[in-house]
Amino acid sequence: MSKTTIWLLSIAVVCALTFQWVTAPANPPASPGGARNLANGEVVFNIAGCASCHSAPKAEGEEKLLLAGGKRFPTEFGVFIAPNISPDPSQGIGGWNEATFLNAVLNGVSLEGEHYYPAFPYASYARMTASDAADLWAYIQTLPPSSASSQPSEVGFPFSIRRGLGLWKRLHVRTGSIQEIGEADPVLARGRYLVEGPGHCGECHTPRDISGGMVLANWLGGAPSPDGPGRIPALAGPNAKVGEWSVVDIAEYLRSGFTPEYDSAGGAMVDVIENTAKLSDEDRMAIATYLKTL
Amino acid sequence: MNRTLKTAILAVATMGFVAAPVFADKAAEKAIGARKAQMQLYAFNISHLGAMAKGEVDYDAAAASAAANNLAALAALNGMAMWPQGTDSTAMPGKTRAKVEAWTTWPKIGEASAAMKKASADLALVAGDGLDALRGGIGDVGKSCGGCHKPFRDEE
Repeated sequence: MSKTTIWLLSIAVVCALTFQWVTAPANPPASPGGARNLANGEVVFNIAGCASCHSAPKAEGEEKLLLAGGKRFPTEFGVFIAPNISPDPSQGIGGWNEATFLNAVLNGVSLEGEHYYPAFPYASYARMTASDAADLWAYIQTLPPSSASSQPSEVGFPFSIRRGLGLWKRLHVRTGSIQEIGEADPVLARGRYLVEGPGHCGECHTPRDISGGMVLANWLGGAPSPDGPGRIPALAGPNAKVGEWSVVDIAEYLRSGFTPEYDSAGGAMVDVIENTAKLSDEDRMAIATYLKTL
Repeated sequence: MNRTLKTAILAVATMGFVAAPVFADKAAEKAIGARKAQMQLYAFNISHLGAMAKGEVDYDAAAASAAANNLAALAALNGMAMWPQGTDSTAMPGKTRAKVEAWTTWPKIGEASAAMKKASADLALVAGDGLDALRGGIGDVGKSCGGCHKPFRDEE
């Protein structure tokens, strides 16, 4: 073997090892102490919008509690298909334990230790508290099981190599808060937590860069609509219509879907409002209070 | 056939081709205008109910009932003539945000419209029964608006 070959091989090995190290999936987070709270789990379920993506394609109303999966999400990287996350032990996630669930929601890592595609909005859920995620796990186990089998995503090379998503996570997953809110105001802090974390508002309302990560420097600055003409409106910055809305206006919009002009919510926001309508008035006011600081 | 006559026939024939779409466009735009007017009347009546729900004005049972009855009457209008084929955002971009799926997935839009009629009629029954009943009813009406605005309306 020539000296050059040995050098090239060594470089290749170092690159491979570095790639393996940089892209390694995270380990499950520690189990939070204390008892599980089902009522809070339901609140987290609603604000996190689990049913909007994981219910069966045409489910409405109560049927949305059957988390059978099957909805398709076409993107420029491929088509992602929401999996069955009902408590069915073989087709759903009934065979998981709390640590597995926390690793999935907070770290975006599957039972098999693979990275999930970020169509699953863990880049936002990473800001969720472990205790909220644990309550959510307790709540999901009370929902009806579905025996529908999950379909694989239709994603082409190179995005089909899940290991590479480790790099994406290094670039785009941050657990810290995004918006500075000054002195500690519990209403504002709650609003920030709901919007930046479980509510994952930024996933649609923040523009994405070429690698599909949210551009946090333009947090909630509006983005092109992923399915059809028009734009997902800005919630921050000079073009944000909500800047002219009052806190009560925003809270009412999140309850009934009516804007201050009494137009109604459309598109994907209808699903969001179906979820926020189930929150408490206090949580809707907290979200509105936070949005007004942007 | 002389040249002048040929030209004249050609001119008349061409006019027919040009004029027909112009008349059709006029009718289509009138239909779009009419349904936008209906939406405006919905919004105007809901605005009175919404102002009470938000606490911007005091709850008034008679005023709430009047607005909710108007809403129910508006929702009961037969809208078929306002939604002719070809008045979607693909055929008429910039004039309407109604997706072509509203027509291609018929009768889904009819079902959504029936749900909105029911929610408005239910609200009319309870709007005079106090603020909590009003708030609940508005929530249901808002949800029924989404029945069409989720699948059948483009983002702005």
